[in-house]
Amino acid sequence: MIEVWWSALTFTLGYNTSLVTIGAMLLGAGAGMIGTFVLLRKRSLISDAISHATLPGLALAFIVAGLVQGDGRWLPGLLMGAALSAALGLWLVQLISARTRLGEDAAIGAVLSTFFSFGVVLITFIQSMNVTGQSGLTDYLVGSTAGMLASEAKLIAVCALGLLAAIFVLRRDFLMVCFDAPFARTQGVSPWRVDLLMLTLLMAVVVIGLKVTGLILIVALTIIPPVTARFWTNRPLRMVALASLIGALSAYIGVTLSSINEGLPTGSLIVLAAFGLFMVSFLLSPQRGVFATLLAHQRFRRRVHLRQGLLAVARDEPIFDGLTLRLLQRRGYIRRDGVATPSGHAAARDSEHEERLWALYRRRYPDDALHQEHSGLEPIAHVLPPDAITALEAQLQPRAGEST
Amino acid sequence: MSDFMMFSLVPMSVAVIIGMTCALLGNFLVLRRQSLIGDAISHVALPGIVVSFLLTGTLASTAMMLGAGVSALVTVVMIELIRRLGRVEISAAMGVTFTSLFAFGVLLLEWSQASGVHLDVEHALYGNLESLIWFEGVSLASLFDPVALADLPPQLARVAWVGLVVVAYVVIFRRHLVVGSFDPDFAASVRAHPVIVDLLLVTMVAIAAIAAFEAVGSIIVIAMFICPAAAARLMTNRLGAQIAWSQLFALISSILGYLLAGHGLIWLGLGFDISVSAAGMIATISGLILLGACLFGPQRQRSGAATEH
Repeated sequence: MIEVWWSALTFTLGYNTSLVTIGAMLLGAGAGMIGTFVLLRKRSLISDAISHATLPGLALAFIVAGLVQGDGRWLPGLLMGAALSAALGLWLVQLISARTRLGEDAAIGAVLSTFFSFGVVLITFIQSMNVTGQSGLTDYLVGSTAGMLASEAKLIAVCALGLLAAIFVLRRDFLMVCFDAPFARTQGVSPWRVDLLMLTLLMAVVVIGLKVTGLILIVALTIIPPVTARFWTNRPLRMVALASLIGALSAYIGVTLSSINEGLPTGSLIVLAAFGLFMVSFLLSPQRGVFATLLAHQRFRRRVHLRQGLLAVARDEPIFDGLTLRLLQRRGYIRRDGVATPSGHAAARDSEHEERLWALYRRRYPDDALHQEHSGLEPIAHVLPPDAITALEAQLQPRAGEST
Repeated sequence: MSDFMMFSLVPMSVAVIIGMTCALLGNFLVLRRQSLIGDAISHVALPGIVVSFLLTGTLASTAMMLGAGVSALVTVVMIELIRRLGRVEISAAMGVTFTSLFAFGVLLLEWSQASGVHLDVEHALYGNLESLIWFEGVSLASLFDPVALADLPPQLARVAWVGLVVVAYVVIFRRHLVVGSFDPDFAASVRAHPVIVDLLLVTMVAIAAIAAFEAVGSIIVIAMFICPAAAARLMTNRLGAQIAWSQLFALISSILGYLLAGHGLIWLGLGFDISVSAAGMIATISGLILLGACLFGPQRQRSGAATEH
């Protein structure tokens, strides 16, 4: 088992498998790339509508091909049919959400379910027809690369490569529209046309991916890699690059795993590989991951407690909070019985000074203070230049009763 | 007549009940712009059922329903966790969750198929409405014959119960539901418990989806959650009327769809004597009704664009 997987991983399992792997990787990269823009445009689930809307086209193309040549399995024809009905579905989603009061979610759901059901009707019709290759059609539901022909794999690879190139060329226009559509308009880029291009490319990716992951799971390839990439960077172009890498990696893992055994569904394995990468990022990403967020939250909590504790020491107020007491004790600011040590008094004075500087700063420059993220917990010297602090300190009026 | 009683009465009733139940809940989903939660939940019923089969070793309905219910709960929790902790937009969080769980279900299914299980993806998707045959239903008199009634397919009673539960939920919580659908903040301020009502709504959606899943497949569920309610939304500005319209549309699509699937091709006179998937046809008809409403519905415009009389 491991040996088979290893030889698949190293592209030594035969010409066909290698070709399929490469095709799927290119597809994953393309899906991740275009998916990123769609995610940034907050329309992720539109690919769900597109993919389900391919079914009636697939079935009709199958019927036509079946009537003409007796066998419905002719990949280019099927893909063309799928693309046509997906385009119709996409057009309807746009129309419904733009022209009626229904939201895009209802439009997506309506198109998805209606088209898919009509496809199911057609499939049950086909099942009573006298056409060979019927089992080939259900492959498009959950995908299968086991019986893929070399010519099919080549077609997928070439199309995916073309898509990658197209997305790469258009990336700046896409970004501009994603982040600032009015600005794009001033630059002579029509957001409407760019949206159309984006959705067309998305549709192309979905249609090409049908054979690999199946129409229910291709959605995952356009959503999971971009979401995963988002955990690792705040820069859009880097996110695009990462998403395409993650998409390709998921496809690589999934396809090679599925070549271990005939019965393993390729689409599922690709999606689960992508989900694995997602989970790792979700938990461990240093910026936005769950652990990092929890740690940051803990750190923030400690700082708030420490500051409040020191302020209480400075004002001679009693402290009751357990965490505050523990934090102060651990740093040697108070004794076990709660009485402040000399170093505690010093730290408390510093804290109070800090707090007053921050308060003054906020009062004098409310607009600037609004842009500071640290809400006064950061030492003010880390945020403001020395001369600004000197100026603030000069303005600081000595407290009544303080002998400075 | 006896043919109708035996072969069509039960599937048609099941389809009508499921359709109307889903459409009732759909009204609130569409208003809240949460239509796709129904989509997500009906996808994850598959892994739930497969896991429950692998654990219990039976395809008994209780185990299946339980499995699907648990998976619906897992989905909702996962979506919320990913959305909150990962700061991911809701539709993307939904996309990540339901596709992964569905993929997991397919993988498990293919695995278990090696050990000879009768369950497949297609069945899960389009169900098998036509298989609900009432063998004892030979004539109208069977309707009053306790022996014949005992032979009714169990799915009918099950969907009827689910329908009752859903109706009860909507009737009991109607004020909370309405307030929460239009203004969650206000709902919270008047202690209408929007969070609990929301959670209950999702639970109801899951229950309806699961009951339907077993009888008619998941695809009809998604269509019935969205299409009749969306079409009704375009007919009127009043919630009560909207619910009434949605029920009417669900009724029409269930009956018409079922009849067309069984006899449509024969009526067309094309020489085909075959029937197509009833679930698929019902959903298709509901989509066509929505299309009609989009083109001609009196309230199809956004309210801002409507003209005052």
